[in-house]
Amino acid sequence: MAKSLFEKVWDAHIVRTLSSGETQLFIGTHLIHEVTSPQAFGMLRDMGLGVKIPHRTFATVDHIVPTNEFAEPFSDPLADAMIQELRKNCEEYDITFFDLDSGKQGVVHIVGPEQGITQPGTTIACGDSHTSTHGAFGAIAIGVGTSQVRNILATQTLALGKLKVRRINVIGQLAPGVYAKDVILHIIRVLGVNGGTGYAYEYAGEVLDNMTMEERMTVCNMSIEGGARCGYVNPDEKTFEYLKGRPYSPSGDEWNAAVEQWKSFASDPDCNYDDVVDIHASEIAPTVTWGINPGQGIAINENIPSVENAPADQKAGVEEALEFMKFEGGAPVKGIGIDVAFIGSCTNGRLSDLEEVAQYLPGKHVAECVQAIAVPGSQVVAAQAEQKGLDKIFKEAGFEWRGAGCSMCLAMNPDKLVGDQVCASSSNRNFKGRQGSPTGRTLLMSPLMVAAAAVSGKVADAREVFGVAER
Amino acid sequence: MALEKIKQVSGTAVQVAGDDIDTDRIIPARFMKCITFDGLGEFMFYDVRKHEDGTEKEHRLNDPRFAGASILISGNNFGCGSSREHAPQAIAKAGFIGIIAEGFAEIFFGNSTTLGLPCAVAAKEDIQAIAAAVEADPSLNVIIDVESQKIRFGDAEVTCYIRESAREGLTEGSWDPIAELLEGDAEIDATAKALSYV
Ligand code: SF4
Repeated sequence: MAKSLFEKVWDAHIVRTLSSGETQLFIGTHLIHEVTSPQAFGMLRDMGLGVKIPHRTFATVDHIVPTNEFAEPFSDPLADAMIQELRKNCEEYDITFFDLDSGKQGVVHIVGPEQGITQPGTTIACGDSHTSTHGAFGAIAIGVGTSQVRNILATQTLALGKLKVRRINVIGQLAPGVYAKDVILHIIRVLGVNGGTGYAYEYAGEVLDNMTMEERMTVCNMSIEGGARCGYVNPDEKTFEYLKGRPYSPSGDEWNAAVEQWKSFASDPDCNYDDVVDIHASEIAPTVTWGINPGQGIAINENIPSVENAPADQKAGVEEALEFMKFEGGAPVKGIGIDVAFIGSCTNGRLSDLEEVAQYLPGKHVAECVQAIAVPGSQVVAAQAEQKGLDKIFKEAGFEWRGAGCSMCLAMNPDKLVGDQVCASSSNRNFKGRQGSPTGRTLLMSPLMVAAAAVSGKVADAREVFGVAER
Repeated sequence: MALEKIKQVSGTAVQVAGDDIDTDRIIPARFMKCITFDGLGEFMFYDVRKHEDGTEKEHRLNDPRFAGASILISGNNFGCGSSREHAPQAIAKAGFIGIIAEGFAEIFFGNSTTLGLPCAVAAKEDIQAIAAAVEADPSLNVIIDVESQKIRFGDAEVTCYIRESAREGLTEGSWDPIAELLEGDAEIDATAKALSYV
């Protein structure tokens, strides 16, 4: 019978059916970081359990690391305690740890693919919702809570209910200046922030076929913002090309066998989906969020919704968002002044994101009133970018060039908004308080749109600021 | 590992109104710098409850009429956002034993169930009715009957929905699946062996 990738991978990893009716699913690859794992190790100790397959867990440190202070101990004693704890746990249980001195540390969802740990046809879990990122390689990759981290450590399995699969075809061609980030913000806008509940999203169509692996990761990354438990793209030649020669990729004779096997996991052309949605690339414009959830996004040339014009079931949400954001309903989003510009995160902190922006920066400078920071997602990304001289371009344009980490994506390190500052951000969440100040305001957009806002001092159309269309 | 069979939970209730209450709202990230979950209850809904200077905002969670409430009532897509178990842990540590909402985000639902914290889905009108009754009489006892999927408050009763696997786990005392997962050891090894990449 024809099957989707989701079904094939799921079936290959079934251990057995549990009394609850859920499946005990084998998790081939487990990624951990400092925030959600220490309590899990604590539980293991309390229960007298060990780690079942230590070599299938990989650790890194990302959320709490300062990106402008590299010496330890960190000035924040809590952050310092967390990195120490992770180090201790990895040592005690013999788990590979991409520590600060490894040259490989970074945001967990950037490190996995870049090391070749993320592979097609596998199951991947991490105590972090953006684990969906790894689906770009044709893996079932899910974010889990700390008790489940414990379960994986102890048994290498999870108790899970099977998901439905929605195929999302993105048809046509993206216009210049429209990026993967815009594609996913648009999808979330159309399907809603909980439209994906109970689903795995299979992203497909010409636009996804044409995307690089890094762009696919950006799309899959925000599946969770659309309410889906995971998102994936079927593996193809680009996937294999990306993985070839990476430290944890198969090599030698094993490579060809692995590729053959990976290919076999792709969804069969005639398989059944629980739902199919077509999205037209021609309708996707550079998108900016104006509110307090990632579904509250509009095209750069649109006006912010007003309470009066919002559909009945959205009025309360629009009202709450406008009040928090201190924006006027019906006003253009373009022209809103910004205080901070952040390029980075597991959504848009990869080399291609930095390269894309850097090619437009020469001759431009960050507006005087704006603090702009560029944060490579990993030490590997940082090294590659620096080798290409991107750090100089960013710095000359007035950006701060930082070390690898989650930085201003969330408020667990020194990078935080202050008061009700407005931040143009390439990250994935615009929730109240997300960037550290309870009244801070986040506008999500693509990295180039962040750069356009940075140099303009206000939300701007990157295509106009940088002359993107004419290139 | 015998766990308590959670057939019903009851207590007074408090409403945190609104849809899409995300995990950053339930427990702001800056309070997640910890290596145990102890003490998280204090920071539950911190920015909802407090001003930046630490003084209290006007909110039901600060209202003495609702002090001691153990059932939380909210809107749709409750617990969306991150997978942080810190969120349900904070709610549980703050003394809550059940949540009623129009809908729950997947990961939050799973995390809560694993902690033995029942999440009951109810219709918008029913939630409004419960919230109104609680507002009128904060001492009203609200019961989430997990087994029969009913919510009782005063003389009223409405239907709720709790996913079968969760209901089963809660009422049978197997809401934390670790014991059963461990029992599958031989099958786990067999599955691992069949996977070339492991
Ligand atoms: S970059 Fe942001 S979303 Fe990604 S793992 Fe770090 S904190 Fe989470």
